[in-house]
Amino acid sequence: MIVLPRPSLRCLAVWQRNLRVWRKILLPSALGNFGEPVLYLLAFGYGFGELVGDLGQLPYVAFLASGIVCSSTLFTASFEAMYSAFTRMANQQTWNSMLNAPLMVDDIVLGEVLWAATKGLLNSSAILIVAAAMGLVADWRALLALPVLGLAGFAFAACAMVVTAYARSFDFFLYFFTLGLTPMLLTGGVFFPREQFPEWVQQAAFLLPLPHVVELVRPLLTGGSLHGPGLHLAVILGYAVAGLLISTALVRRRMLC
Amino acid sequence: MQVERSIAAAPPLVVARGLGKSYGGQRVVDGVDLMVHEGECFGLLGPNGAGKTTTLRMLLGLTPPDAGELRVLGEPIPARARRAREQIGVVPQFDSLDPDFTVRENLVTYASYFGLRGPGLAPRIAELLAFANLEGREDTAIAALSGGMKRRLTLARALINRPRLVVLDEPTTGLDPQARHYIWQRLRELRDGGTTLILTTHYMEEAERLCDRLVILDAGHILACDTPRALINAHIEPHVVELIGTTGGDAPPPELSALPGVRLHRAGDLVLLYTAAPRLLLERLDAAGQRYLHRPANLEDVFLKLTGHELRD
Ligand SMILES: Nc1ncnc2c1ncn2[C@@H]1O[C@H](COP(=O)(O)OP(=O)(O)O)[C@@H](O)[C@H]1O
Ligand SMILES: [Mg+2]
Repeated sequence: MIVLPRPSLRCLAVWQRNLRVWRKILLPSALGNFGEPVLYLLAFGYGFGELVGDLGQLPYVAFLASGIVCSSTLFTASFEAMYSAFTRMANQQTWNSMLNAPLMVDDIVLGEVLWAATKGLLNSSAILIVAAAMGLVADWRALLALPVLGLAGFAFAACAMVVTAYARSFDFFLYFFTLGLTPMLLTGGVFFPREQFPEWVQQAAFLLPLPHVVELVRPLLTGGSLHGPGLHLAVILGYAVAGLLISTALVRRRMLC
Repeated sequence: MQVERSIAAAPPLVVARGLGKSYGGQRVVDGVDLMVHEGECFGLLGPNGAGKTTTLRMLLGLTPPDAGELRVLGEPIPARARRAREQIGVVPQFDSLDPDFTVRENLVTYASYFGLRGPGLAPRIAELLAFANLEGREDTAIAALSGGMKRRLTLARALINRPRLVVLDEPTTGLDPQARHYIWQRLRELRDGGTTLILTTHYMEEAERLCDRLVILDAGHILACDTPRALINAHIEPHVVELIGTTGGDAPPPELSALPGVRLHRAGDLVLLYTAAPRLLLERLDAAGQRYLHRPANLEDVFLKLTGHELRD
């Protein structure tokens, strides 16, 4: 039985604490999160792009750039809500010290998810700027992708937090990566169109959140037209809400025993 | 008289009735009643595994009790734990300082958990750094602090919100004597300033020196509750003679246990003789050439008598 989360504005103190740490280690952290996808974009875009040519109207590099913007949100937010949050929960006693102050588990979970979403958004925004500088972004509608990416980061982080709440060690996250994130990434239309897969794979992929993020972000970045944005938003929102409800309940059970 | 009456009239800061907690079918806190008054230093004395930490976690609303009623600072717990924790400072048993931050950043960040920020914060932090004797170490990383410094910083951190109640779980375990005395001195200052303290310990010396009242806790049960002096007076003969150099396998010297008014207790290879009138006993021991230690009774003796086993394992 899930008791609804009742977070307070104190969750912002959790968010701010993580921001404070991030500012201290900005350079290495930015290199890992931001540098790597940009390298992929450059190398694959130009290396592969020649081989692949255009996809419909779209040069492959532009296709890939809009995909990588989405996958970088996915990975940054998931990593933060798994490895970093787990470290704070289990190794560093950060959550325990928050619980000794007037913070509740609900504040901590929401604050962590918000932070992971923020980090995902910062990261994908940086990649978006690089893509724009490379001439891969069509017009100002790209700015509309930012709230979508923020919501997507929240959804990914909330789902990752469910895994974190169960995890006994870092090894546990590998299951989620191998069985969850990687298949979603490969079938999500990030690197190549989903239509390459058999019908049933495409349909199964649509049960997961990433393809819906891609369906929204790619047209906004490349000047295409949106198809059924309401449905895509609803799926992402559904994952966000379900992830937050379930992870809050699980972390409560874990921390308050 | 006047003062005493007003203290008695003030509602207690902690009222617990019949607190219970089980883990995996094992009752680790069983029917615990507590009443802690404003301005006192209240102790939970018991060996490892007695249920001290579990009891404190219940007071803070971090462990839901599965039996009993609990009010802390007038708030029902765990329902309104947030409200209570606004006015509580916590020194946990295990270090939870934030390793990503310096000394000052730790205090600033912890303050933000209470919603404390702005111009009032810097002077408060300076005050706490002085209190914890950490001036000049503002920018030191946590990893570079000694065990004693970490404990002092943890205590300073617990005071950031000027709490009415400070809860300390084994505040000096693992510290060297000097660091321990420093903490004791600071805790007495806090108590003298009107802050209520609840601490757990398995050091009888700590309990005797600091606590105005204490409970003796063993296997989740409260065995006794009173001032240290009253507990000793109520349970133990005032003189204790420890025999030195006897081995556990030996039978107790029969002529000693036969002495009137002498109670003999064996704990492992320790032989303890308790009496109100030690003169005859000491004469016999001297005559027999037995080495011994003659000392006043303490809380350790109370514990031994009430539980049959020693406080420290
Ligand atoms: N979360 C828990 N799950 C299972 N057993 C626990 C848990 N917390 C404490 N215990 C058990 O409860 C008993 C009391 O523990 P604790 O309150 O930590 O004792 P103390 O602080 O007096 O050393 C111990 O036997 C301990 O193993
Ligand atoms: Mg303990």
